[in-house]
Amino acid sequence: MVNFLQHTFNGLVGGAFLALLALGLAVIFGMLRVVNFAHGAIYMLGAFGAYVLLTEVGLDFWWALLLMPLLLALFGIAVERLLVARLARLDPLYNFLLTFGLTLILQDAVKSRYGVQSSPYDAPALLSGTVDLGAFDFPAYRVFVLVVALAVCGAVWWLLTRTRIGMVVRAATERPELSTALGIDVGRWVTPVFGFGIGLAGLAGVLAAPIRAVNPLMGADLIIVVFAVVVIGGLGSIFGSVAAGFAIGLVQAWVQALGEHWALLSQVLVFLVMAGVLLWRPAGLFGREEAPA
Amino acid sequence: MTETLQDQTTGVRADGGGPAPAPVPADRSGTILPRWLRWALGVAAIAVALVLPFNLYPTVAVDIACWALFAVAVDLLLGYTGLMSFGHAAFWGTSAYATGLAAVGWGLPFPLAVLLGALAATLLAVPIGYLAVKRVGIYFAMVTLAFAQMVYYIANQWRSVTGGENGLQQVPRELFGLDLSDEFYYYYAALPLVAGGLFLVWRTVHSPFGRVLVAIRDNPARARALGYPVHRYKLAAFLLSAFTAGLGGGLFAVGHRFVSLDVLHWTTSGKAVIVVVLGGIGTLWGPVLGAAGVIRLEDWLSFAGFEQIGLVTGAVFVTAVLVFRRGLYGTLRHWLRRRS
Repeated sequence: MVNFLQHTFNGLVGGAFLALLALGLAVIFGMLRVVNFAHGAIYMLGAFGAYVLLTEVGLDFWWALLLMPLLLALFGIAVERLLVARLARLDPLYNFLLTFGLTLILQDAVKSRYGVQSSPYDAPALLSGTVDLGAFDFPAYRVFVLVVALAVCGAVWWLLTRTRIGMVVRAATERPELSTALGIDVGRWVTPVFGFGIGLAGLAGVLAAPIRAVNPLMGADLIIVVFAVVVIGGLGSIFGSVAAGFAIGLVQAWVQALGEHWALLSQVLVFLVMAGVLLWRPAGLFGREEAPA
Repeated sequence: MTETLQDQTTGVRADGGGPAPAPVPADRSGTILPRWLRWALGVAAIAVALVLPFNLYPTVAVDIACWALFAVAVDLLLGYTGLMSFGHAAFWGTSAYATGLAAVGWGLPFPLAVLLGALAATLLAVPIGYLAVKRVGIYFAMVTLAFAQMVYYIANQWRSVTGGENGLQQVPRELFGLDLSDEFYYYYAALPLVAGGLFLVWRTVHSPFGRVLVAIRDNPARARALGYPVHRYKLAAFLLSAFTAGLGGGLFAVGHRFVSLDVLHWTTSGKAVIVVVLGGIGTLWGPVLGAAGVIRLEDWLSFAGFEQIGLVTGAVFVTAVLVFRRGLYGTLRHWLRRRS
């Protein structure tokens, strides 16, 4: 039982990363109809940025946690203004291709500077101990990750449903033309929302630095898992994407806990779930049916 | 999300409000070049294909031929069915492994092994295609990408068959005892299969079946209203595309005498899409040109000692997506038509 609780907790922490990435992806998709392939590369830049800040600038984890999401959000805003916006009126697949090209560039740029080996990054001293969760002790840093992820998801939910900005963004997402007709300046929100989504990926990256191997390819395979997660949750649904992220993290951890022989299943599980969802509810668990095609 | 990737002028963001406009590019009606020009291009292409290994390293020529098949397969879906598969490495790679296993295990002549490999890829495409065609647009890309990644993980774990990270080695190049150890001769031995695969796709695109695919690409709702089972047509195109990609993958495996996990990686799927876009979506000739260009560029970069090839291909690709969406052949055709 204690073991089970421990695996559950690990699953929630793993799910937290998927949820943060899926959240950013869903927010961007909602506003721009763009699926950002570079999301995994941004996550990698977040982790690498934390590493570089520590080793080359001397700023610790807390600074990285503050600075990297902001810097990457600015980077995202620049990318949106200079590149993504140019293709905004075309088929969204073009922006998918554009961000795919960016992914290749970002990965290889980091690779050429730092090589492919993983760099060590320690959790901050304040969070290096364990937390007594009643039944078992848990690494304090992982508890911190989970708390931050839940807080961020909660804050975004509050922002979207309880504030005026959120109302405008939701209206712009669901009925862009009608919102424009009602005098809402939809275009104004496109760039900040893109930057925000990118910042979330950067945040996930900084959080991942102390517990995942920091290397140029750390986001490469993860982004595909996140794609499967948002197909499961329904990309149009922000709640669905986050919920699917946590759920997949949980189930992966449980299967992993079964032992070595189940390693493959825990890897491909997310894709099998995706296949099941496509059979049963093609629009995703929380997604709405698109126009038939 | 009914507009196609072809559409560069009339496409509107699929932002949920209202139906997407019928995406008929302005110059679709005149896509056909004058007859004499088409013949001239065809003859030139055959001539180039026949002398290619004299002018390039034969290994590079073999790679170009294989990638041409792969890219044309992707273009059949992207350019003519309006489906962007971002997971075609699953079929290219599965065929590479199946071909390699058949050649190693049974010592089959290589054309037979390649055909078996392509059939294996087609078989794999049945469940993947069945599920993927339930979605369109960006979702189709993500779903195919995800399934291809699943195949990659399985191949990675199934070491007893695939050799895992060591790959499948010593794939024989058997053809009735002929000595094909030199890539120069292998190129010519493989050429009939390459030509066959290209002809298969060309024939498909210009058949009534192909016209229905184009109709589905341009207006799926109307195609369905006319009574065409849209999903089934898409699935058929998907299987055909997987078969063609499989031919390329099998020939690639025999050409390199070695199969590594790279053939299944998503970067390989992405590279195929890059080749198609650079060459020109929906042009068939374009992907062949694109394959020649990209393989040549990569060969040149690695010859020059440049290690981070993705930096260059990525930059070229981003530039192409931004300002060169017609691609090589699309631009050439546009230019020729204006002249003639």
